[in-house]
Amino acid sequence: MGIDLPLIWAVIILFSVMMYVVMDGFDLGIGLLYPFVRGKADRDVMMNTVAPVWDGNETWLVLGGAGLLAAFPLAYLVVLSAFYLPIIFMLLGLICRGVAFEFRFKASDQNCHWWDKAFIGGSAVATFFQGAILGAYIDGIPVENRAYAGAALDWLTPFSVFTAVSLFVAYALLGCTWLILKTEGALQARMKAIARPLTWALLAVIVAVSVWTPLAHAAIAHRWFSMPNLFWFAPVPILVSVACWQLLQSLRRDPSAGPFLLTLCLIFLCYTGFGISLWPNVVPPSISIRDAAGPPQSLGFTLVGALLIIPMILGYTAWGYYVFRGKINASSGYHE
Amino acid sequence: MPSVNALLLARVQFGFTISFHIIFPAITIGLASYLAVLEGCWLHTRNEVFRTLYLFWSKIFAINFGMGVVSGLVMAYEFGTNWSRFSDFAGGITGPLLTYEVLTAFFLEGGFLGVMLFGWQRVGLGLHFFATLMVAVGTLVSATWILASNSWMQTPQGYDIISGRVVPTDWLAVILNPSFPFRLAHMGVAAFLATALMVGAAGAWHLLRGRDDPGIRMMTSMAMWMLLVVAPIQAVVGDLHGLNTLQHQPVKIAAIEAHWENQASGGVPLTLVGWPDQDRETTRLGVELPHLGSLILTHSWDGQFRGLKDFPREDRPNVAIVFWSFRVMVGLCLLMIALGLWAAWLRWRGSLYRTRSLLRVALWMGPTGLVAMLAGWITTEVGRQPWVVYGVMRTAQAVSAHGAAEVGLSLALFILVYVTVFGAGVAYMLRLMAHGPGLPGGPMDATQVKGGPGQPRQPLRPLSVVAEPLHSAPTGGPVQG
Repeated sequence: MGIDLPLIWAVIILFSVMMYVVMDGFDLGIGLLYPFVRGKADRDVMMNTVAPVWDGNETWLVLGGAGLLAAFPLAYLVVLSAFYLPIIFMLLGLICRGVAFEFRFKASDQNCHWWDKAFIGGSAVATFFQGAILGAYIDGIPVENRAYAGAALDWLTPFSVFTAVSLFVAYALLGCTWLILKTEGALQARMKAIARPLTWALLAVIVAVSVWTPLAHAAIAHRWFSMPNLFWFAPVPILVSVACWQLLQSLRRDPSAGPFLLTLCLIFLCYTGFGISLWPNVVPPSISIRDAAGPPQSLGFTLVGALLIIPMILGYTAWGYYVFRGKINASSGYHE
Repeated sequence: MPSVNALLLARVQFGFTISFHIIFPAITIGLASYLAVLEGCWLHTRNEVFRTLYLFWSKIFAINFGMGVVSGLVMAYEFGTNWSRFSDFAGGITGPLLTYEVLTAFFLEGGFLGVMLFGWQRVGLGLHFFATLMVAVGTLVSATWILASNSWMQTPQGYDIISGRVVPTDWLAVILNPSFPFRLAHMGVAAFLATALMVGAAGAWHLLRGRDDPGIRMMTSMAMWMLLVVAPIQAVVGDLHGLNTLQHQPVKIAAIEAHWENQASGGVPLTLVGWPDQDRETTRLGVELPHLGSLILTHSWDGQFRGLKDFPREDRPNVAIVFWSFRVMVGLCLLMIALGLWAAWLRWRGSLYRTRSLLRVALWMGPTGLVAMLAGWITTEVGRQPWVVYGVMRTAQAVSAHGAAEVGLSLALFILVYVTVFGAGVAYMLRLMAHGPGLPGGPMDATQVKGGPGQPRQPLRPLSVVAEPLHSAPTGGPVQG
């Protein structure tokens, strides 16, 4: 058969991770924005905009992990061993914020603030360590004899801390523009006011990461600045500039879906940037998707299911979002 | 190589996280099916009691489901963080099975849960019922895949080992491995039993406090019917599972029975209680019933099965743990059967809802379904040691090469967060159960709460599944990240 299984699986996993970043990105972002909104009613609305969908959003992370184990077991074990502590911290953060969706509404008024703090703290911790993992992943992972060959805290570098901060900004902007789409009145106005500085901050961190990455990683610099790659990659920064400009424009006009969609474009472009910098390595700097691929019997068997079922998943996920479309507010909620 | 301590800590961590986790999916499996039955009955009969019960139990379901999701997320990553050598060796089989679980079950549950919990006003009745069914189906599909994976680790087949790694050769044989059908049936029934006991205990609690309305009666009645039918089925399924284990993992059965060696003549006795002494290879203070061991395991008076001394010492599990966890499970199952029969007898006599002694027993047996299930898992998982993939890979070879400090730190954090967060969640569930369902049209009827400006009963939290704030304060706050 002429099917390139590792290639297709790499695409599926990249897609899952992107879906995760985009979808859990905005609901993690809502947690990051909680400190900027004080009123309980507004906080209820913010949480309610994602309550029916957050669980499905998080499932993309499970698919990323399970798919990696199925298709690239070597990458799964090396990445998870190398980032042992940040992964555990991220999971604990996701636990604290995940339960807050239900617990917050069950707690008595004097205890509700604990779950607000769990939601904020959990979202912040999960975002920080996801960002740190991203930076450390770009830095590369030493591997010997099919096992991680570094130390427990190797992931903690100035670069990884900076990518963690960058992800904070990206998720916050996603959450902010999502709320512009889903809310109205004072809460929406507040989000519009926050969105503008967040957009500039995101642009700043994109520029900073784009400068820092090739400076610190010779292989990536070589890939970016050699011909004809430079020609092919040049549209990415141009499109980023255009998207940012459009985003600022659409925030000025009376916005609904525009800012959110443009933020998605921006995140997608950044994601593409990482993809083209690291491809075809699944464990930078040296293990490619072909080195890490599991047995073809495993990849083939799972691919049948993935190709049949992922379109269905996308279908009913879209239906779920459609069912809960429209603005959310304190007085009407989902009761029409 | 990892130190002995790091291995022990990794095992404790896995045991701790999986034991906490399994409680929530078990209740999810049982409650999802119960909710589907309630909604189906309501649509069919239009008896509002069913709908009231649906709305009541769906609140408890929502809390429980959230805890299942986040504790399950940990499991999906723990294979890589703590058991990387296992993942390298067996990822070719466990990875695809886990991926199928995500694709066919997790997304189904996550995709339809929102509509099921929050969609009453947004979709038609038929579509809402469909959403409930999809969630219920998702929970069962999920159990099927993960038990296929676990069963393959217990009774592996359908694979080759090529350059030190497992390569699947026959997926049908991998999935339909010898212990899989028995484990799936045993665990599925256990989830239903645990849920029935929980629902029955909630009903009994209200009846004992003098709250006797159609909703309370209905849920108590349904739970006791379930117990009457399902508890004996569980005993039969368990017996079949045991015979299957005797065939494929004889040393596990020998440990369960603390059966050290065969005598020259006569059947194997059943040791009721005693203290198995692993070093001296004997059971101290054992109380034995002659021939019963043979009768249970070979279904014949004088049948023989292999004793522990037939196996090398390094291939034996911890006998005392397996021996006692098995007895806890079986003892509780016998109590469940007795409770079901007693309730049926009182129902026939017409005094089911008035007999305080039965209600008190039903209340105290509320958590025993979960206890029995955990005891069963301890039996089967400790009983297959020292192997992680039975007969193929030892647990000691499977662990990641982390230091004891990292594993110890993460274990301490898991214990801290799980106990506070899930402790609070369980407290919320219990408080909702104590609150009880509202009567149709009564002050607690969630269907009547429409909200909207100017309405007297406008809920402050339009999307929360619970319609009433809960009174007293929880004991523990969460720990920040």
